[in-house]
Amino acid sequence: MAPIASAVPPAVAGEGPLMSALRSIAPSGEDYFEHDADIGVVGRGATLEESFESAAAATFGVMADLSAVRPQRSVTLDFEEADVEIALVRWLNLLLGLSHEDGLVFCRFWIERDGVHWRGGASGEPWRRDLERGVEVKGATLTMLQVKQERDGWQARCVVDV
Amino acid sequence: MDLSKLKQIDEWLWTVPRVPGEARGEVKMYGSRALLETMDDKVIEQITNVARLPGLVGPAMTMPDAHWGYGFPIGGVAAFDPEQGGIISAGGVGFDISCGIRCLRTNLELAEVAGELPSLARELSEKIPAGVGEEGDIKLAPDALDDVLTGGAQWAVEQGYGSAADLEFIEEGGRVAGPVPQNVSPLAKKRQRGEMGTLGSGNHYLEVQVVDRIYDAAAAQAYGLREGQLLVSIHCGSRGLGHQIGTDYLVSLAKAASRLGIHLPDRELACAPINTPEGQQYIGAMNAAINCALANRQILTHLTRKCFTRLLPRATLETLFDVSHNTCKREQHVVKGTKRLLYVHRKGATRAFGPGHPALPERYRATGQPVVIGGSMGTGSWILAGTATSETQAFSSASHGAGRAMSRKQALKQWHGRQLVDELARQGILIRTRSMRGVAEEAPGAYKDVDAVAEATERAGLARRVAFLRPKVCVKG
Repeated sequence: MAPIASAVPPAVAGEGPLMSALRSIAPSGEDYFEHDADIGVVGRGATLEESFESAAAATFGVMADLSAVRPQRSVTLDFEEADVEIALVRWLNLLLGLSHEDGLVFCRFWIERDGVHWRGGASGEPWRRDLERGVEVKGATLTMLQVKQERDGWQARCVVDV
Repeated sequence: MDLSKLKQIDEWLWTVPRVPGEARGEVKMYGSRALLETMDDKVIEQITNVARLPGLVGPAMTMPDAHWGYGFPIGGVAAFDPEQGGIISAGGVGFDISCGIRCLRTNLELAEVAGELPSLARELSEKIPAGVGEEGDIKLAPDALDDVLTGGAQWAVEQGYGSAADLEFIEEGGRVAGPVPQNVSPLAKKRQRGEMGTLGSGNHYLEVQVVDRIYDAAAAQAYGLREGQLLVSIHCGSRGLGHQIGTDYLVSLAKAASRLGIHLPDRELACAPINTPEGQQYIGAMNAAINCALANRQILTHLTRKCFTRLLPRATLETLFDVSHNTCKREQHVVKGTKRLLYVHRKGATRAFGPGHPALPERYRATGQPVVIGGSMGTGSWILAGTATSETQAFSSASHGAGRAMSRKQALKQWHGRQLVDELARQGILIRTRSMRGVAEEAPGAYKDVDAVAEATERAGLARRVAFLRPKVCVKG
């Protein structure tokens, strides 16, 4: 099945079941690793899904200070993917595609998995002049791509092209 | 880089020796000892993996500005023969398909307009959309965008952005053959809706430069260059459309590779044989993105001209050349005395046709193709000319920039954007940006010595130095 991505009407964080699932994660220096030209992002969480959400926050944290972004508009997406590492890349790239399509910067993320079916979303707001700009992320790559379960949770990482 | 892993061929060329029984093509790495020492060992690993791909013709190569990328290293060059199972690789082109430099020569002397530079910097930074989240004034519906993807810079000229005279000095006359807009996903087209005529961010820039020193008077004359003259360089690519094509096909080709019987040493080398539906599908989409990039730089050229003439009505800005450095192009090359049609990947590498090449405009045919090695805000850029030796040594390829020597994370630890902007202003370089963090990540000190890259490029026979350009105004994305 081809990935489906759609914008949903503006919502306020905390309203409804969808928004209550959104996680707000502030990326820190620990969420990035070294790469010559680009940037490595690391997501960590108690579950696979949380590590994906954390990786999304790290990715968008390259572009903006997420603590200053307001969760005013939401988008949802879904796709099918059996390979969890490829799923991480597709998740990040779908979010990037949606953010660029609508001129949004996202600050909160959620994703669920049911076998090979993935369903997720994000919320944020249109870019505004007073948001401190970072560097645009062009896409998530397969470089240093890894999704693994560790003793204290899950880690999801890859290099993003900037 | 651990140079003990390499064998030095001469002062400017190195190779990675094959271990007995190792089935891969030759590897050539151009550059001085000092430049190679700054490179990460990953560059060796990545270019060696490229040399294992099917249908490789000649060596897999890195240019003197090479650094660690994804799939291919940045600064990687490799040619493949479709008749020998040769492949096309999305990771060998990169996400920013047809990223490149449009260089404009003005009729202005620095000495006569120096006082106007602050106003010019302000005008350019206000009128050239730059940085993450910035959109342009041109909004194209997906259907209208198909005309861009098939028409390239020619489409832009037809819409009134620039003149037909520009087209002669753009690769392929401003429009590459073989685009297939239907191979571009709807999401890719939607991403481009507000991004025509935008610079982007990261290492993209618009720079006003002065010709500081001429190294080859005859070539400089052919290129219309003289010391003290102002030039403009616009560094950007195919924006969101190209990025989305890159992400779409990186995943789909990675999945297709095993089905198509290709063993990938690393799946980031996602590729398909050129003569397969999967390979042809990517080529059609990539060519569409190349045209998008050519149109984008044409629009930005037009916007730049408007800024100049608003403040300096007598200013003229002619296209010196427009060259891409993230592409795979079908070209004819002579290999061991035989003409062959090859698909030449240049990822962070510039095409550099030598004198007499039929694809060059008449004005430059005796001189060779203009090659631009872009600098890093504070350190200047170089214009070089393609050489005949580059054809035999590197499928007519040369360096594209200074090349990073330090990661963005390291750069952020060392520099602060505001301090850099102030320091460069003291040196007479005006930086205009909406991202101080971006300036810090792009600090001149985070790059290799661009002069050393230009020298190595010349000494290795890849291109010869014509002029050194010093930055005066830099609009950063």
